[in-house]
Amino acid sequence: MYNSIVLVKQVPDTANISGKVMKDDGTVNRALLPAVFNPEDLIALELALQVKEKYGGKVTAITMGPPRASDTLRECLFMGADEVYLITDRKFAGADTLATSYVLSAAIQKIGNFDLIFAGRQAIDGDTAQVGPQTAEKLNIPQVTYVEEIVELNEKRAKIRRKIENGYEVLDCALPILLTVLKDSAEARPFSTKKLLAYKNAKSLMDIEKMVEGNSLLYADKLVQEFKDRGLFIPTITADDLDIDTERCGLKGSPTKVHKVESVILAGGSHIKIEPTKDGLGSLIDQLMEDHIFG
Amino acid sequence: MNNFSNDVWVYIEQRDGKAADVSYELLSKGRKLADSMGGTLKSVVLGHNVEHLAAETFKFGVDEAILVDNENLYQYRTMPYSRIFSSLVNEHHPRIVLFGATITGRDLAPRIASNTKSGLTADCTDLQISDVTYLKKEYKDLLLQIRPAFGGNIIATIITPDNPTQMATVREGVMEKHLSESPRQVKISRVEYVPDPVDELIQIIEQHREENKVDIKSAPIIVSGGYGVGSKENFRMLHELAKLLGGEIAGSRAAVDAGFINHERQVGQTGVTVRPKLYIAVGISGAIQHRAGMQESQKIIAINTDPDAPIFGISHYGIVGDAAEVIPRFIEAFKNKLK
Repeated sequence: MYNSIVLVKQVPDTANISGKVMKDDGTVNRALLPAVFNPEDLIALELALQVKEKYGGKVTAITMGPPRASDTLRECLFMGADEVYLITDRKFAGADTLATSYVLSAAIQKIGNFDLIFAGRQAIDGDTAQVGPQTAEKLNIPQVTYVEEIVELNEKRAKIRRKIENGYEVLDCALPILLTVLKDSAEARPFSTKKLLAYKNAKSLMDIEKMVEGNSLLYADKLVQEFKDRGLFIPTITADDLDIDTERCGLKGSPTKVHKVESVILAGGSHIKIEPTKDGLGSLIDQLMEDHIFG
Repeated sequence: MNNFSNDVWVYIEQRDGKAADVSYELLSKGRKLADSMGGTLKSVVLGHNVEHLAAETFKFGVDEAILVDNENLYQYRTMPYSRIFSSLVNEHHPRIVLFGATITGRDLAPRIASNTKSGLTADCTDLQISDVTYLKKEYKDLLLQIRPAFGGNIIATIITPDNPTQMATVREGVMEKHLSESPRQVKISRVEYVPDPVDELIQIIEQHREENKVDIKSAPIIVSGGYGVGSKENFRMLHELAKLLGGEIAGSRAAVDAGFINHERQVGQTGVTVRPKLYIAVGISGAIQHRAGMQESQKIIAINTDPDAPIFGISHYGIVGDAAEVIPRFIEAFKNKLK
């Protein structure tokens, strides 16, 4: 039996950014971008589910983010996660990777009882690949990044294949360990129809508070109990639930700060137009020869 | 004024006693950064039988090399490397630490940053030293860490204003490598390796590498094709042109995805970064991810049927036309010049 915790993230769909979502000042209007399940995290969850199927154990998915990130947790339930947690607090907002891993590691310690932690190699909004290793360091456990395959689990040790420059290596690792996985290491399973029907109404406290808003007939406390009874309550972890120093969380706890953001604007029109004719190309080649570009 | 040091450290990534190119590129950049704040440049070399490597770094302007040499460090492993490097940082508090944004660098750097509570910025495309005003506070000689973000749609400048150590990873091929004109005298500081049980939590049981025969990074001329080239057949013309000009063939991600060319020849954010003397972009629209990998080329020629293609915006010469017609004419014109 091997218990897994999977770190997932809801991200803006940066792969499909068009001019429309760019604001005049060059920043991205996140509100106009659809939020998606970070692609490599989906694979992380898939690998954790495969471990469960092969060796037994439990899969717990956690995410840190704003209340709407419960969307991503519901999707984890649709795929087969046994348990999910939403880690959310205004104090966590604006965190860089160091502050994020600080909170994540505290939440993981609170959840406890794990052999493996899975995460995507990186998230498509920042592409930093830092949160995984930093979380492992804070938990004082080893890490394997760029995982291609879990070859074998045996006697609380793992044999893992990872990508290296121009090749791969196979590692023998003591557990617990944190793994960050590559997109090609598996294919994510589709949502189970049964689970989708079962969990589509799963809600976090914030989701429920939103339902109650402006409806005097509903009471949040009562609803929470009702959702709990039906197994549809997504538990949240806030700063108060964790043994942490809030000075090390969120923007305040982030050593790196964004100083300036510019949109990528092309100079345009500054190039010399060359006619695609024999003469045009000939003069271009002359010019390049004069500039000693060839040879 | 703060009491922070002015040391710039560069992690020398090595395999079998040979350093990665990116490490030398970072030394060249690190020298400039150190000079602009009146600081010193140090190389940090971990490995086994690598003293010659530590000495080699002085050719790139290093003031001092820190060397940890032990058989347990023969191959890169996360635990001993990060543990030793972290303890060095915690002891000496360098102002700046640079790593290549390679698989190894991206495995190692975040772990060290976490242990030492330092700021770390991934995949920088430029680094500068500048005085900065942030939240009404004045900071002297901060490291501006410039990187694309949001899938390359924006360029962000990141700073680490209040921490003693600013760390960054930089992609291979982005900085220029050059030998120092006035190399310092070799001064190697050896640090003893003290074993620790955590070093042995992970063992390498097998390693397999295919040596990269293709090296488009060092090609002086690159003929690069995109989806707009249309077919593998048409790509043959690009091969012919590349051969004629003494260059290498490359492609955009779209061309790789379409199967026109192998991934090892892909230029761009998820491929290789190149800066040749001449880059001929054929049928490449010029998405930001591609431009990020080639815009530092000395001369860029764009050939595209779409006169509004973004690639023209960064080109020196633009040819509006179909590759299938323009390339044979280019080949012919070049052959005529050689006669």
